[in-house]
Amino acid sequence: MWGNDMRVAMNTAHRRQAPGEVNVLIGLIVIAIIFEALGWIQPAWRSDVAAQSFLLNKLRLSIIIGQVAITGIIAVGVTQVIITGGIDLSSGSVVGAAAMIAMSFAQASANARAVYPYLTDMPIIVPALVAVLCGALAGVVNGGLIAYTKIPPFIATLGMMVTARGIASWYTKGQPISFPTDEYTVFGSGMHPVMIFVALAALFHLVLRYTLYGRRTYAIGSNEEAARVSGINVERHLLLVYTIAGALAGIAALVLTSKNLTAQAGMGVMYELDAIAMAVIGGVSLSGGRGSIVGTVLGALIFGVITSGFTFLGIDAYYQQIIKGGIIVSAVVADVARQKRAARRA
Amino acid sequence: MSDIILETRGLTKHYGGVHALEDANFTLRAGEHIAVVGDNGAGKSTFVRQITGVEQRTAGKVWFGGDEVIFSGPIAAREAGIETVFQNLALADDLDVPSNLFLGRELIKFNLGPFSILDHKTMRERTQQALTKTAVKIPNLSSAIRNMSGGQRQCVAIARSASFASKLIIMDEPTAALGVQETAQVENIIRGLKARGVPLILVSHNLRQVFDLVDRIVVFRRGRIVASLAKHETDGNDIVSYITGVKGSEAALEKPGLT
Repeated sequence: MWGNDMRVAMNTAHRRQAPGEVNVLIGLIVIAIIFEALGWIQPAWRSDVAAQSFLLNKLRLSIIIGQVAITGIIAVGVTQVIITGGIDLSSGSVVGAAAMIAMSFAQASANARAVYPYLTDMPIIVPALVAVLCGALAGVVNGGLIAYTKIPPFIATLGMMVTARGIASWYTKGQPISFPTDEYTVFGSGMHPVMIFVALAALFHLVLRYTLYGRRTYAIGSNEEAARVSGINVERHLLLVYTIAGALAGIAALVLTSKNLTAQAGMGVMYELDAIAMAVIGGVSLSGGRGSIVGTVLGALIFGVITSGFTFLGIDAYYQQIIKGGIIVSAVVADVARQKRAARRA
Repeated sequence: MSDIILETRGLTKHYGGVHALEDANFTLRAGEHIAVVGDNGAGKSTFVRQITGVEQRTAGKVWFGGDEVIFSGPIAAREAGIETVFQNLALADDLDVPSNLFLGRELIKFNLGPFSILDHKTMRERTQQALTKTAVKIPNLSSAIRNMSGGQRQCVAIARSASFASKLIIMDEPTAALGVQETAQVENIIRGLKARGVPLILVSHNLRQVFDLVDRIVVFRRGRIVASLAKHETDGNDIVSYITGVKGSEAALEKPGLT
């Protein structure tokens, strides 16, 4: 008697988060269309530009994707942390520390002022591994503190935010590190950052959806106590999730230094907030249990479109910050409203 | 003795100076459904928490399936075959029905440690079977539990216990928060368990329900078991007088085995 319902259920098997993502996609399209329309009518208030298309510009599209790729890599990790009901404020600083340390293993021997003169011209696998390991180590500390001392994620990662930034400055006493080997530039050249971002997003999308890791991540964020009495080792899993988020920040540091050809202690400042914003705009719930990598990628694109669109319309950078802040708060308000609606239905 | 599933001797729990459970002797036989009744604070839930390892007892012994057991926690109890439907429903609201049914014991296709690939298809099919077996009707399995009614959620929680436990199920007030129809659905599941010979301990305030469903009624009062009566040798008034203390505790002392 309920065979039909069952078949419908089978067909929609894995679309747990579908409605949320569809809303984000609609938001992305609407925002893009608004900029497109403003692009054609902007001569009405700006005499210095001609009417032009916002979207039909290959260079602009590649810039939109390119500028969100690096923070997007961080957002892939931050999304998983937020799904467990946590938060990671340290990723920007971890990028800074990992960038400095990794870069010191990537310098060319032609540079007379190398940090480690005897460690120049290393194969690129060395700095690449160093970057990932530095990030992962920061993640282990974050996750260990949160899982085993039970301090709130906000506090643990706030501590790491300050500490990692300190390490980044201490490492060379504030001196930037430059002149990597030619080979090292491979990670940041052309569309490589975008390809790395897309590959990592796809990988973790599959991991969250089809593996035990994903199931546990959602279960913990949804009801930690239920996860615990169901036999899930919550502490070990949180450690793993924060470690992965840290490793992804390390990869972001690798791509960033490879692209900029230099590392500075101030690198990645505020990246954590951009990454969190991308996730939240993409429908990842700050109360945990809900959201997806697809949503975060769409959120990242919205972020990129807005940034690029403001520049396209000649809006001052100060206003950009103010409006972006408003958008982030609106996304959280929308999430809270969604939850209230769901609570009423139940 | 061989058909005894669960037995406690002198089970005692003190919270500081509060004697929440005192010298509880309890026996459950194969296929038996026993109700645990009593006033608030009589020790019912405390008793359940000692058996399921949620808390560690102050004194006494517990045998399960013929072996003396000390469960380090609810997970150890579950691994031994005791499934508990907790009062606060241990469900993950954002997951769908199969994910909740298999929470913590997911079926996997390829073992890659924490990154093992889930066997969504089989879990979905088994969920369907489990719900059919327990006569639970859920229109859309892939909907998040959050979007379901209290009754549907309770049914999922019970179906979860019922589909994994073969040895013993404990339900703590399973219908306390439910409407009439939903209560009827849960009661049907319990009858199904009886038909399948799965033993059950039902903590309930609802005497109508208790007389409808179980074989034997154990009354708690002030931390002690004051009566253990077969359904046919008692009635509602009798049970109420034990609950309220009109009938004394000497009945319990006369029957040390309480079987």
